[in-house]
Amino acid sequence: MSSDVEVPMIQFAGVRKSYGNGQAVLDDLDLVVLKGEFVTFIGPSGCGKSTVLKLISGLTPPTAGTISVDGLTPKNARETISYIFQDASLLPWRTVWQNVGLGLELEGASKDRRRETTAALLELVGLSHVAKAYPRELSGGMKMRASIARALATSPRLLLMDEPFAALDEMSRDRLNEELLRLRAEQKWTAVFVTHSVAEAVFLSTRIVILAPNPGRIHAMLPVELPPERTAALRSTPEFDDLVGKVSRTLREALTS
Amino acid sequence: MRRRLITLGNAVAVFAALVALWQLILWIFHVPPYMLPSPYAVAKAVGARFPSLLTSLSITAEEAAGGLIAGTAMGVVVALIFAQSRWVRKMLYPYTLLLQTVPIIAIAPLIIMWVGAGTGAVTLIAFIMSLAPIIANTTQGLISVEENLVHLFLMHNASRAQLLFKLRLPHSVPSLFVGIRIASGIAVIGAVIGELYAGSSRVGEGGLGYSILYASSQLQTDYLFALVLAATVLGFGFLFVVMFLEWYCLHRWHESARVPETD
Repeated sequence: MSSDVEVPMIQFAGVRKSYGNGQAVLDDLDLVVLKGEFVTFIGPSGCGKSTVLKLISGLTPPTAGTISVDGLTPKNARETISYIFQDASLLPWRTVWQNVGLGLELEGASKDRRRETTAALLELVGLSHVAKAYPRELSGGMKMRASIARALATSPRLLLMDEPFAALDEMSRDRLNEELLRLRAEQKWTAVFVTHSVAEAVFLSTRIVILAPNPGRIHAMLPVELPPERTAALRSTPEFDDLVGKVSRTLREALTS
Repeated sequence: MRRRLITLGNAVAVFAALVALWQLILWIFHVPPYMLPSPYAVAKAVGARFPSLLTSLSITAEEAAGGLIAGTAMGVVVALIFAQSRWVRKMLYPYTLLLQTVPIIAIAPLIIMWVGAGTGAVTLIAFIMSLAPIIANTTQGLISVEENLVHLFLMHNASRAQLLFKLRLPHSVPSLFVGIRIASGIAVIGAVIGELYAGSSRVGEGGLGYSILYASSQLQTDYLFALVLAATVLGFGFLFVVMFLEWYCLHRWHESARVPETD
């Protein structure tokens, strides 16, 4: 998945973030995410994982340091970014179809383009048959698919995902992981992902960033040297198990460091 | 369906028991009919004066509905203004409390002085009384949107207008209906109270409140009871219509609206 030329998508330089009481949630963050990478942040609760995504999207400003996204400030780069939230965050008064079209609607895309894109994306995530249903009528996995379709509808070049599959059962989670990689192979976006699950991180990522808490900081970075084409079968290989073991050990170190 | 039938059965049984108790009191204590007419006398009064009862009912219904609809429109506009900033809310919210605490009976004569007696004044009173619950509930609905949804809109560079009309306003509809439900009862009460003061610009013809006053001055207690009954039915009717609208607008997407409930 890595391109020949290494072009940075996201650059953190000396970033620190603290909230009202002055205590830092994130400190000393220096990191470059290249175009085409799938970088996962993993770490114990309170290590500022979600804050990393909020900083990249410009939803919260850094207390110190700078962040650039595709050479722009985070706020100016929003057109290239899509954000997927943990709880799917669908609008309950809109049908699946209307939810998926939301981004294009807000950005003022033409009706024709909205219809085409929405239809194509519902097809892509396998929700065409429930296009007219309301979110209340969907299972957790289907809601998440709709949320993914909505995020992809605006053709993002950077996808931010905040524990998107945390509330799902393991089977749905594994399936959605595989689908996510399939979509990425087709659409070639860069991804920054946050999760609690080591196996999920290893399966999805090209690189894993392990955070240590109090204040949140980078403890270690592990490249995931697995083949770019990943299928369900990968989960039962010794290479996969080795990596999961290695990440788990490093994660334990991070807790006690 | 079966449970609803049982509930209806219970209600009818309680009503029958109350009517029986009423008749029993008359027999035991020999209450004169100008103090407490018999259920039969009330039923007869309803039958005998049905056209004028219906006229009064429709006058009051029109006033209450006018006040409620205007109150809803105005209340939503005020709530949209309140949703703009915490500052605006802090500055103006105390005045909506004033709407609730001002004794309407005390300012009714003032309103009559301003707009003259008649349906206009009564509608205005119903309007003033229905405003507060609609403002309070709609504002709450507008400002209690989940943070993630606001972030989602911000990520698409949504304008202020888009945030308000595509996110906050639809999100507030369930709360708006809670407000309208409360206001529907208040509007009917407001109209009846208003009519006690400003019921009619013509002698002998007016809404329920006006007719209640007139019937009591003539010691037509049986008709007075019929009018009170009609006012109660009107309040129920309003509540029922609002609940139906609520169900119609929300049942497809909102959990609470899937089965209509009275409380």
